[in-house]
Amino acid sequence: MAEFILRRILQALLVLFVMTVLVFFGIHVIGNPVDLFASSECTKACLDEIMVNLGLDRPVWQQYLIFLGNLAEGDLGRSFTHGVPAMSLIWERFPATLELAVAALVIALVIGLPLGFYAGLRPDSWISKAIMGLSMIGFSVPIFWIGLIMILTFSVKLGWLPAIGRGDLVTVFGVRVSFLTVDGLRHLAMPAFTLSLLMMSMVIRLTRAGLREVMTSDYIRFARANGVPEYRVLGWHAMKNLLIPIVTVLGMEFGGVIAFAVVTESIFSWPGVGKMLIDAISVLDRPLIVAYLIFVVTMFVLLNLVIDILYSLLDPRVRLGAGAV
Amino acid sequence: MAPVLSVRGLTTVFGTGETALRALDGVDLTVHQGEIVALVGESGSGKSLTGFSINGLLPGNAKVTGGSIRLGDTDLRALTPRQMRGIRGKQVGMIFQDPMMTLNPVLRVETQMRDALRAHSPLPRGEVRARLVQALAEVGIAAPEQRLRAWPHELSGGMRQRVAIATALLHSPQLVIADEPTTALDVTIQGQILALAQRLCRDRGTALVWITHDLAVVAGIADRVSVMYAGRVVEEGPVDAVLDTPAHPYTRGLIDSVAASQPKGARLPMIPGRMPLLSDLPQGCAFAPRCARRSALCISERPEPRATGAGQTVRCHHPLTEPAGAAA
Repeated sequence: MAEFILRRILQALLVLFVMTVLVFFGIHVIGNPVDLFASSECTKACLDEIMVNLGLDRPVWQQYLIFLGNLAEGDLGRSFTHGVPAMSLIWERFPATLELAVAALVIALVIGLPLGFYAGLRPDSWISKAIMGLSMIGFSVPIFWIGLIMILTFSVKLGWLPAIGRGDLVTVFGVRVSFLTVDGLRHLAMPAFTLSLLMMSMVIRLTRAGLREVMTSDYIRFARANGVPEYRVLGWHAMKNLLIPIVTVLGMEFGGVIAFAVVTESIFSWPGVGKMLIDAISVLDRPLIVAYLIFVVTMFVLLNLVIDILYSLLDPRVRLGAGAV
Repeated sequence: MAPVLSVRGLTTVFGTGETALRALDGVDLTVHQGEIVALVGESGSGKSLTGFSINGLLPGNAKVTGGSIRLGDTDLRALTPRQMRGIRGKQVGMIFQDPMMTLNPVLRVETQMRDALRAHSPLPRGEVRARLVQALAEVGIAAPEQRLRAWPHELSGGMRQRVAIATALLHSPQLVIADEPTTALDVTIQGQILALAQRLCRDRGTALVWITHDLAVVAGIADRVSVMYAGRVVEEGPVDAVLDTPAHPYTRGLIDSVAASQPKGARLPMIPGRMPLLSDLPQGCAFAPRCARRSALCISERPEPRATGAGQTVRCHHPLTEPAGAAA
């Protein structure tokens, strides 16, 4: 187990290194950020001064080495535009994104699992066909469109739900969250549902396909032949087998949802990291972009680790040992 | 004494309407207490389907449409699914073909056995464990406490089949249906499992239906045997009578194609052709197209069951117990 985790960390460091090289030099090629964010009255001399201050006058390889040196000390640099450490900006915004993503995950499971179960148990009923049709729509219709339609329907036409922001916040363990106030929940509902649609469609399809396969297996027949009650056969004997593919796919998907909640956050003006990233890219705020990407890669690595551990809990045939990669 | 299981005219079909296929057509089966009845036939003859029809675990597209299935005094066809669940595991146990597939790969042996035990007797937790350990010990599993904590993939095929047998017998059912439980095992293990099942059922007076395609197994274990062909029982009788003086040409063919029945070096005889498809059953005797003794009667008319002198019942117009051509 320890060796497995160590190996994972080494792989992650390699990925991080390659990623920083690509992003660092890539952004350098795109253009000079100072041109974008310095005020229009700024003369040549004033521009040069800013360049020297930010260290942009040096050759890019030198800049990269300085960046690596600082990184080794845990310093990811200061945002060009905000002038504060990049990580503090990310940490300030991240809880909002995490809350949105977790809410979306919960919605996807709470709605997707029962619907998938129903569709798997009665594949020929018209309700099942309707469920599968809806999941197809969830896959194919773009998120921004659904978000806009929801705003039009529930905010503009019906006036039931607020269209933007996080609403009233409460502080729990030093983190400000929306979901514990009624107003916050009303703000959370639409963006979370919008973000959950893709995962929900996936859960429905995986559950249905998995259930149909599992139900024909001998071990389900065996459990039934022993008179095990149906709720137990479905809810535990079949369920535990089903969860294996669902955990895999959702684990990967969840990282993506956090990392790229950009669209949903933009539509609903949700003050999360996705929106911050878009803003940072538009002004080529390199430290912030690099810091964010390092953050995302680290998160993916950790998520994969969690998935692997969940795996070994679900499937006894998987053991995290020296042989596992 | 009344039989434990009495199946009369059982008809099971796949699908519905015009395209429905008769997979079982008028199957009769009687099993008394403590008796071992072998159900023999090729793949697709309907022997497993008979088992699943009895305990109500047919696949979704199959349905029992005719006949009666009585367990003791209970008409199983009249039961609700809920009542049927109360019968399964408690009064009718089942052992499956491939022990690698029978145990749920993601549940510990203990979880699976405990669920089976608690399905019919709400024992307190402490007693459950003791009961399961005892059940595993009865099927000859060493160190049952450790095995109980094991995952299925940590056990060998023979061991898994023992676990499956222990589970099926937890409630001492009156009837056990064993669907080719030795087919997937090594030959040496086959013998052990066979002897184990035989001993356990004899000790408890359990009636056993042993589904198999292996005549050597039939000879070794069964009291009576029913030979199935294309969804019908073509011959039924005491095992010695059927194996020594088979009345149906198909039974004769099966026996002759067993290697041990032939002199060394002789070419193994085989039954020409193949079993007809369910969608394309002949009008008369289903075996007629492959039969050397067929007559015009066999092709036009379905044979009804009739008794032979030796105690068998046979569905044949020209049984081997009568001289060839006598009826033609």
